[in-house]
Amino acid sequence: MAKEELVAIHEFCDSHNVEISFIHSLSEAGLVEMTTIEETNFISDEQVPELKKLVRLHYDMDINMEGIETIHHLLQQMKIMQKEMKDLRNRLSLYEEID
Amino acid sequence: MEFVDYYKILGVPNTATQDEIKKAYRKLARKMHPDLNPNDKEAHKKFQQINEANEVLSDPEKRKKYDQYGKDWKHAEQFEQARQSQQGSWSGGGRGFSGDFDEGGFSDFFESLFGGAARGGGRRQTQFKGQDHQATLQLHLRDVYTTHQQTFNINGKNIRITIPAGAEDGQVIRLKGYGEPGVNGGPAGDLYIRFDILDDPNFKRTGNDLYTTATIDLYTAVLGGETIIDEFGGKVKLKVALSTQNGTKVRLKGKGFPVYKQEGKFGDLYVTFHIKIPKDLTERQKALFTELSKISPKN
Repeated sequence: MAKEELVAIHEFCDSHNVEISFIHSLSEAGLVEMTTIEETNFISDEQVPELKKLVRLHYDMDINMEGIETIHHLLQQMKIMQKEMKDLRNRLSLYEEID
Repeated sequence: MEFVDYYKILGVPNTATQDEIKKAYRKLARKMHPDLNPNDKEAHKKFQQINEANEVLSDPEKRKKYDQYGKDWKHAEQFEQARQSQQGSWSGGGRGFSGDFDEGGFSDFFESLFGGAARGGGRRQTQFKGQDHQATLQLHLRDVYTTHQQTFNINGKNIRITIPAGAEDGQVIRLKGYGEPGVNGGPAGDLYIRFDILDDPNFKRTGNDLYTTATIDLYTAVLGGETIIDEFGGKVKLKVALSTQNGTKVRLKGKGFPVYKQEGKFGDLYVTFHIKIPKDLTERQKALFTELSKISPKN
C-alpha cells in the first residue's frame, strides 16, 4: 500500500456519477488535495475512501458544502477522541490489573 | 419471521405522501448513516431498517404490494406468481443510499415479500463501479509482532496479503479491485480489510510500548537477584534490585512492539513486579520469620 497511485478526477466522476465541479469545491474547501499533471487533475489513491464519503454526504444526504465542511471537521475530532479514549481505556486496564 | 412495519420505522402514517416519506427518510438517514456513526453497530442496524423501509415505501409498486399483502406476507408468493410478468418493472425506486459499508442485512420479511432481486434498484454506484466489500480480519497480538503474509478466503476468492509488523487495532487496508465486479464495464469495487487485534493474556499494548507483569518470590525481592521473563521475541533475564517493592515498574528499552513500517525500531517493554508472599510455612520458616520480625522496626 506504500506505492501512491493517482486517480484521474474525471474517471472518478464518471464512475460515481458525480459532477467535476463538486470535487473542485471540495478541493477549494481543503477537503481533498488535487494534483495536476499535464492539465489533468488527479487525487491520490489514498484519498478515495474519504472522497467517497464526502460524495455520499452530498448526494445521498443532501448536505451542502458548508455542512460537509462542518461534518468533516467534527468527524475528525470524533476520530481523535475515540483514539484517545481507547488509549486511556487501555492504560486504565493496566492499573486495574495491578490492583 | 416477523412483520416489519415500515411506516413505523420511518415514523409516518400510512397515508403519508411520497414527499413526506422522502423527508422522513432523509431526516432519519442523516442521523443514522454509518458515515456519521462510525463503529456504531446499533446505528448501522437502524440505518439498514430505514433504508429498507424507504426502498419499499418510496416505490409506488412496492408500496402498493406492501399495503395489500404486508401483514399477510405468507401469501405474497402467490401474489408473485400471479404478477410474474410485471416483475421487471420494479426498479428505479427512491434513490437509495450507497456506501462502502456492508449493505446487506435486508430483512427476511423484505426478501419474502419482494425477493432478493428487488433490492437496491435505485443505487447510484451499482450502475458503474462494483460495490466495495468490507471484511474484518481477527489477529492475535503475536500475529502483528512480525511482518507476515496471510491467505484468506473472501467470497470464494483466495486473497494473500502482507500484514506489516506493528499494525494497529482498527487499522484498515484497501485492496483495489477485490470488491464486487463492475457493471457495464465499470471498474471492480475495492476490498477494505479492518484489523481486529485481540488482547494478549500476558501483554498489554499501548502504541508501541508493551506492558507485562512478572511474579517474583519474596526472597528475590528482598535480597535482589535475577528472574527470567517472557517477551515477544523469547525470554529475557532481568535483574531484580535489592529491596524491590511490590508494583515496582522497570523499563526495558527497545524490547516492546515493532514500530509500524520502521524496520528495526521497537517501543519499550514495561515490567511490573508482583511479589509472591510465601504460603504454608514450615515450622522452621515460621520461627525464622518471627525472629526476623523481632529484630525489624515496625511501621
